[in-house]
Amino acid sequence: MMEEKVFTRTPGLTDKPFHYCPGCTHGIIHRLIAETMCEMGILETSIGVSPVGCTYNNYEYFACDMVQAAHGRAPAVATGIKRVHPNHTVFTYQGDGDLAAIGTAEIVHAAARGEKISTFFVNNAIYGMTSGQMAPTTLIGQVTTTSPFGRSADAQGYPINVSEMLATLQGAVYIERVSVTGVKQIRQAKKAIRKAFYVQQAGLGFSMVEILSTCPTNWGQDPVSALQWVDEAMMKQYPLGVFRGSEIEVKPEWK
Amino acid sequence: MNKRVLMKGNEVIAEAAVRAGCRHYFGYPITPQTEIMHYMARRMVEAGGVMVQAESEVAAINMVYGASAAGARVLTTSSSPGISLKQEGFSYIAGAELPAVVVNIVRGGPGLGGILPAQGDYFQATKGGGHGDYRNIVLAPASVQELYELTVEAFNLADRYRMLTMILGDGTLGQMMEPVAFREEEPIDSSDKPWAVTGFKAAEREHNTIQSIYIEADDLEALNNRLQDKYQIIRQQEVRSEQVNCENADVIVAAFGTCSRICRNVIRDAAALGIHVGLVRPITLWPFPDAAVVSAADQSSVQAVLTVELNAGQMVEDVRLAVNGLKPVYFHGRTGGNMPTQKEILDKIRSIVGR
Repeated sequence: MMEEKVFTRTPGLTDKPFHYCPGCTHGIIHRLIAETMCEMGILETSIGVSPVGCTYNNYEYFACDMVQAAHGRAPAVATGIKRVHPNHTVFTYQGDGDLAAIGTAEIVHAAARGEKISTFFVNNAIYGMTSGQMAPTTLIGQVTTTSPFGRSADAQGYPINVSEMLATLQGAVYIERVSVTGVKQIRQAKKAIRKAFYVQQAGLGFSMVEILSTCPTNWGQDPVSALQWVDEAMMKQYPLGVFRGSEIEVKPEWK
Repeated sequence: MNKRVLMKGNEVIAEAAVRAGCRHYFGYPITPQTEIMHYMARRMVEAGGVMVQAESEVAAINMVYGASAAGARVLTTSSSPGISLKQEGFSYIAGAELPAVVVNIVRGGPGLGGILPAQGDYFQATKGGGHGDYRNIVLAPASVQELYELTVEAFNLADRYRMLTMILGDGTLGQMMEPVAFREEEPIDSSDKPWAVTGFKAAEREHNTIQSIYIEADDLEALNNRLQDKYQIIRQQEVRSEQVNCENADVIVAAFGTCSRICRNVIRDAAALGIHVGLVRPITLWPFPDAAVVSAADQSSVQAVLTVELNAGQMVEDVRLAVNGLKPVYFHGRTGGNMPTQKEILDKIRSIVGR
């Protein structure tokens, strides 16, 4: 009897092995985006923008055309690309230091302009690559290398809920927060990624999917307890859901 | 010869860009260059292009980075404080080897400074204001006609060498009106950028990446070596300057841009006093025209070189490096938006020659 291959690497990813830490969920998120591009038949007409942070080199992983951007500037770079290739699918992949701190102006104004790009915002409540500093998304009380006694609202202010903030802008037509801590959540995350691309293709405006993610290394946790911490601690501050565009239905003719 | 029209310098820059095939402009308002944006806001619609008013100069230069990566001829313009903000992007553009044209209509600094003309950004433009070992080609027009010609040429140079080319003007050039004759420019072959991110067909090519990051030392050194080789070719092939009345001169004056026009008039004033003044006008500030400066200075008739600038003495350092002790090098400059008068410059020349 011939063996049947039932699971394979998506051609949306290159053969290069990921460099991410054990238990980090960037790999799952990469795969979901790459699979979605392939399933929608847009791999060859997609252009991605890599951020600065742990995923600075995801241009080596995604098999579409890619541009590496300066820290926080991905939405501006994507704007330039999209204005040259308005019929292509343009996306940014950004972490919470990149998007919610140094790149706040760029993301707010790309959204406000209704720039027809999709942003995948990976929120793990910490700076990963530079070894665990406090991020704008760090929870109150969370210990980081720059908040060693726990983030205090008095000294360091409050976390930024980016999805809720951007959902106030008219140009941001689809905003959803998802997680990838279990099978059900992963399937929902993929649906959201697909919807973001469809919204872009339909020319409706700016779309963003915020994905709650883990950082076992800098959180000082094992992979399983890191997933539990997303479910139990992060989701209290960052509830999952659709903040804009729940009425938008993915229409078959958008394909 | 084409019909000449009377036009403002800033508007001529915009029209030159459109004629050079630029269909993407990203900018942020700042005096004294905002007319470029006003003109682009209308003209790009006519030309089927795009003008985006960015949220900041930082965003504007990164839009340039993206549009250039995507294969377009692209322009951003600003003035001194805004150019400071764009320096991060300049360094990334250099590292990623992207073509881009940037116009700096310089105003007085430091800080918010003033809005009057100056040349105080010479160091920043020619020595690199961003991080890392990189160069930009820097062109210094001295008339509205030259603003047109050098803006068109800037796009050609940027594409040829895949690097940032800057027009370094000043508030006078941007704001003044002069007659200008436009030409029909050659159409652009956009298929000429196989490295660009344009979407791909797997049968035709691999996916492209645009990046300035190289984690491995050997990879980053290879990029740096490639850049330096390119800069060396540019030093050999792209130097431009003008010499006026230099043969057998008593004194050589070196000046660029608006300032060179004042010095040109001093030639006649000096001649009336029996002093033979020659002018060397660098048109490329980088690469600097060392040979033209040396050939003018290294004549037995020449007593000294005088550099005149709208700053506290910046290009004079390059003049001194070129002259390398052959002759004494003097400096005269004004700042804050003030212009040296012909008489000031003539008095300086007289004090040098003792007549």
